[in-house]
This record gives sequence, structure tokens and C-alpha cells, in this order.
Amino acid sequence: MSEPKANETKKEPVLKAQHLGIIFGGLKAVDDFCLEIGESELVGLIGPNGAGKTTVFNLLTGVYQPTEGSYYLCGEKMNGKKTHQVVAAGIARTFQNIRLFKKLTVLENVKIAMNMYMHYSLASSILRLPRFWKEEADIEEKAYELLDIVHLKDKADFIAENLPYGQQRRLEIARALATGMKLLLLDEPAAGMNPTETAELLDIINVIRDKFHISVLLIEHDMSLVMKICERIQVIDYGVTIASGKPEEIANNPRVIEAYLGKDDEEVALSC
Amino acid sequence: MNVKNPKKHFIAYLINLAGVLVLFFLLMGLFKSNVLGARTAYLMGICTTACYTIVMVTSLNILVGVMGEFSLGHAGFMSVGAYASAIVTNALADAGLPTILLFVIALLVGGVASAITGVLVGIPALRLRGDYLAIVTVAFAEIIRVAFCNFEITGGGRTMSGIAKLSNFYWCFWVTVICVTIMYMFVRSRFGRTVKAIREDYIAASASGVNVTFYKVMTFTFSAFFAGVAGAMYAHYMTAMIPTIFNFNYSAEFLTEVIIGGTGSLTGSIIGAALLSALPELMRQFSTYRMLAYSIVLVLVMIFKPGGIFGTYEFSLTRILKKLLSGELFKGKKKLTDEMGGAAHE
Repeated sequence: MSEPKANETKKEPVLKAQHLGIIFGGLKAVDDFCLEIGESELVGLIGPNGAGKTTVFNLLTGVYQPTEGSYYLCGEKMNGKKTHQVVAAGIARTFQNIRLFKKLTVLENVKIAMNMYMHYSLASSILRLPRFWKEEADIEEKAYELLDIVHLKDKADFIAENLPYGQQRRLEIARALATGMKLLLLDEPAAGMNPTETAELLDIINVIRDKFHISVLLIEHDMSLVMKICERIQVIDYGVTIASGKPEEIANNPRVIEAYLGKDDEEVALSC
Repeated sequence: MNVKNPKKHFIAYLINLAGVLVLFFLLMGLFKSNVLGARTAYLMGICTTACYTIVMVTSLNILVGVMGEFSLGHAGFMSVGAYASAIVTNALADAGLPTILLFVIALLVGGVASAITGVLVGIPALRLRGDYLAIVTVAFAEIIRVAFCNFEITGGGRTMSGIAKLSNFYWCFWVTVICVTIMYMFVRSRFGRTVKAIREDYIAASASGVNVTFYKVMTFTFSAFFAGVAGAMYAHYMTAMIPTIFNFNYSAEFLTEVIIGGTGSLTGSIIGAALLSALPELMRQFSTYRMLAYSIVLVLVMIFKPGGIFGTYEFSLTRILKKLLSGELFKGKKKLTDEMGGAAHE
């Protein structure tokens, strides 16, 4: 439908999705999805309920295998990889309905995401060899650093499910950060948050972009948030991309307004 | 856990070792001094039963409590270990190896045979979860039982007797201590942490870069290994066995002990196993009402402590000591925890 913005650089884009599509039985949940995300770029993915946004995330993280098209992370083809391999390659995500390891501590939640960087063997863990202590101490330090970024350092020993909602969201982001990803997929990070919490979340997103130079793809229903922070927005409806461009272009795009509000309702527009 | 200071942990390990040694010498004194007279051998028998039951229940708890998957066929793994080790020691009987070496070989053979079975069963079965997996494990144990009833080498349905008596209570005690320690170290490492994550949310775990299938099969194998070791202990203590005792009831008994002790708590498993292997014996005076009383105890525990005696709490000797030294522990509680401590190390 719409060509990705032509900000052509020599470097491979962090994410390049080409004509991605998936069919569930007779339903084309996502069709011809094209997207390029450059380094440190923040792109928004919006659309009405059931438009296929989360399906796009599931495609990009290997939960579903695309039936059409292919996608690349920094030039490396990701098709056919399992979720944990995609994560190891550098795409991490958060979930629409928070998925933490509820009965484990905040610190453990973060440490688990660093497991793939740990290499001590079963034998060294059973015999408690020096390697065990060294790696455990190393990741504990790193985990505390990440918790500091999301302002949860003092909550490290709390059981994850006992945290308030906003903090659980932030913990999920810290856990995603711990995987050391290049591209972060945030699925409605501000859902159910109050304005203060949303503002805090915005700060954190900005800090991690500055600090780790990661790219972000964001699904969000809070339009004011999307308009404020996204550099580019892609709109999908019924699995099809209907618009893509700068926030102000999107806000005035008749097709987008139609998708959200129905026909002949331009007056109400996307004023929110 | 304070990983930056390994020294503190080594002190804790030493304290626990001291606790285990104290318990060992207490029991040894009890049995050697013969204060119980004719009942000594009987009591030793119960304690040995408790030993391999502890290994079985703790290994099952790794599956049920740590990984969060039910296995109703753990006795199947035990029988694989028991028969494999018995066959090997029978073959080596004339080689003139010292008893202890033969016993260690038996344990390893039992463990490895069971672990291999664990991999073979685990790879297809662990694609399933919850009830479906539980049914597959039941089926596995039944297949093993029926197969062992028909193989000539396992006695062909008759009692396989004449297995070398290689173990006694003292050996079993130390084997149990080593097995439980290894499982404890496993749970308290990156492996245990990852497996717990899979229990909590396998989708989130794979989205955190965890290879869910790999860790599940690995844990399954790990657990099967120790079930095999327990089987080898059983075979070389009993010296005779028949495939039909490794039936569904036996598996269910282990599961009961895990749940009574507390799913996810290894010390709870030790208590559960020790208690429930001793309980039917202690209740012999009720004779015909024995099983009724046993069931009532189970029902009461489930009503008043649905999470098991320990829940997910781990008993810690060092924690008790610390409290004792700082005088925080008041008398009533002290008595209780001391009793628990004694049982915890059995």
C-alpha cells in the first residue's frame, strides 16, 4: 500500500519487514505489511481494535511464522526462527496484558532475561565453582543497573505480582532491556496508566533510547502519547496498512479518520 | 542471595554439613547402641525407606514444584533405575569389585538409564502441558511396568531376586544427602531460576530468550536421573523386587508426599517423604483403621495447610542459628523449629 519513508542510508535498517502476511484459515490477519525502522527511531503502530497490531508483534517475535514475506533484523533474515532465537538476535517485546514471572522477585525477573548471556555449566553450579560466583555477581550488578533505569532498584526483592500496575509495566521493560535487544516492541505500554505514570513511562522510553540507541516500535491507543513521541506512525486496519507517515500527516489523513470514526464524521476528527 | 560474598555461603554450607553430621551420628548412635533392642532393625528399615523416598519425592518436586508440570509416572523412572542397576550388578557380581564401588556403579547406572529414558519420553511428551502431560507420564509408567513384566531379563513378571545387597542405612543416608544437595544447588542456580520462569509463564520466558523446550527436557532428565538413583538404592537394599509394585499407586504416593510437604520447597519434600514413609508404620497399632487414619491426616493437612506443610518456604538451619544467636526466637517457636530441623535432615 504505502511505501516506507525513503530515508535511505547506507546502513541496513534495524528492522526491515517486506510484504509480511499471515493467514489463519480463511482470514488474512495481516497482509502485505511493510516497515523499515532505522537506528534509534521510534515508530508507532496504531489501528482500531482487532486491526492486527498484536499479530504484527507476534510475527516479528517468531510466535507466528509469516505465511508471506520476510523480515530482517540489521540485514539478518529472521524468518523461521523460534521466539527465543529472535530474542537472542535482538528483538524483545512487552505484552499487552503484562506477563511477568509473578511469583518471582523483581531482581529474578530481570536476571532470567540475562540467562542467555550466562554460560556456567551444570557442574559448576552444583559444585559452586568460582565461575558460578563470578557470573552470578556480574549479572546481579547488571540487573541492578537496569532496575535503576526504570526506578525499581529499591524494589529489587519484592515479589513481582505485589508491585503496583505502573511498576509492573516498567519491570517488563527492564526485563526486555536485559535481553540486550536492538529493537524493542512495546505493546500498549501506557494502557491503564494514569497521566503521571504515563509521563514517567515517556521519560523512561526516552532515557533508554538515548542510552542504548535502540529502536522502538510502539502499539498504543493513547493518541496524545503516540502523537507526542512517535517520529513516524503506521496505521493498519483489517490487517492492511492504510497510512504511514509523520504524526501530523496521520492525524489529518481521511482514511485513518474513517477507520477510527467511520465515514462522514470528519468533523469530530482525531482531535484527541 | 548475596552472590558477591561466596564466603558467607561456604560458612552456611559448612553449618548445614555440621547439622547433617550431627543427625547422622545421632541415628548411628541410636542404632549401634541397641537401646531399642529388637526394634532397631525395624526402625533402620523405616529410615532406609525414608532415604530413597526422600530422593524420589525431592526429584519429583523439581518437576511439580519448580517446573510446574505434573508427573504421575515417577515410579516408572524408579523401576528403570532399579532394574538397570540390578542387571548390571548381577553381571558384575563375579568381577570381585569392592562393595562400595559396585554400589556407586549401581547408582550411576540406575541414574543414567533413567535419565536416558527421561530424554526419550521428555522430548515428545514435553510438547504437552498440564493434564495432557500428566496422562502421558501415567501411560509411560504403565508401559514400563508391563514391559518389565514380560522381559526375561527382568524376571518376566516374577520376583527378581538375588540382587546383591550393597546398601545399608548408612550408605543410603549419605547418598540421599548428596542427591538432595545436588538438587538444591540446581534449583538455586541459573537453571533453577530459568525453570521457575517457565513455570510462571512460558510465553514470557521464551520472549526473554529462554529456550523453553530445552530447559524442560533438561529438567525432566535431571529429575529422572535421581528417580533412577533412588531406584538403584531400592533394588540393592531390598535385594528382591517385582515390576508390579512400581504401579500408579506408588507414583501417586510420591505426588501426595510432594504436595503434603509443599510444592516448590525441597526441605518440605524431605519432611513430607520422611513423615509419610514413617506414618503408616507408626500407625500400625490402629491396625485395620491404619489407612483410614492415614487418609484423615492427609485430608487435615489439605484443609489447614493447602500449600503443604512448608508451602514454598525453605527451612534454613543458618537462619535458625542466626535467630538463636541474636535471641530473637522465643521458646515455643524454638522447640517447633528444632523438631523440624531434626526431621529436615533425615
